[in-house]
Amino acid sequence: MELILELEIPARPEYIAIARLVVSSVASSRRNLPDDRIDDLKLAVSEACTNAIEAYGSIATEGMGWPDDRTPPKQVPGGNGGVTERVRILVADDDEKLEIKVADTGPGFNPDDLPTHPPVTDPERLNFERGLGIPLIRTLVDDVEFASSSAGTSVLMTVYGEPLEMHPPEDLVPDDAD
Amino acid sequence: MDLGLDVDENHPPFTVLSVKGEVDVYTAPRLREKLVELVSQGKHQIIVDLDGVDFLDSTGLGVLVGGLKRLRSHDGDLGLVCNQQRILKVFEITGLTKVFAIHDSIEAAAG
Repeated sequence: MELILELEIPARPEYIAIARLVVSSVASSRRNLPDDRIDDLKLAVSEACTNAIEAYGSIATEGMGWPDDRTPPKQVPGGNGGVTERVRILVADDDEKLEIKVADTGPGFNPDDLPTHPPVTDPERLNFERGLGIPLIRTLVDDVEFASSSAGTSVLMTVYGEPLEMHPPEDLVPDDAD
Repeated sequence: MDLGLDVDENHPPFTVLSVKGEVDVYTAPRLREKLVELVSQGKHQIIVDLDGVDFLDSTGLGVLVGGLKRLRSHDGDLGLVCNQQRILKVFEITGLTKVFAIHDSIEAAAG
């Protein structure tokens, strides 16, 4: 695997748009992927970055609820709201695949312990506004691995697809090239 | 990053909220605030037009689910207008196409 991008963003929501734009631009310039696959990757990267930032507690999403069910934002010991915390995004590829790793140093979580949503036909489903990010990531990329411990979480996402063939500009190819 | 939120009252009894831009964890709170404002004004039949949305993540979906829940508790409803495959796909993957009425035009949603 060749490392082709290393990006570090402050753990704050306003930087996620930059991360997903940079990664999707790199992916479309390196791999022969249709536009809808690039869109899928863009969303998966965004969801992984959102989870990483939430791990630091710098998104008070639980405190931004509707007025009648507002709960305090979760507090992360040692966290300082994304002022110094960072999210690292690494992109590497080879002949078969593109890998994107999104890593934080938050307190970690168990991806298998997430609450299960009721069926969409169940009226109770409307009580679940969150928790869709990881199922989305699992669907949008070809493979995903979560590694989480008290030292942090990393999400490794893989997209299979051939490299984009690089053609030199025509004026650089000698006329008698065969 | 700007999120456009335009309210159109020309389709009574429906209030049309047209969203433009990218809806993610950074901008979704603004969408939520606008829906809270409309509900508090007694607007209980809301159509959210997503045709101007370039990007929608799970946070945006959560805001819409929360909006639908609040409106239903007021005997209201929240319908969607969306023709973009990349946005529709997010609703399909999450099964939310069975939760929301998704229409191809404001007229169809108001019909």
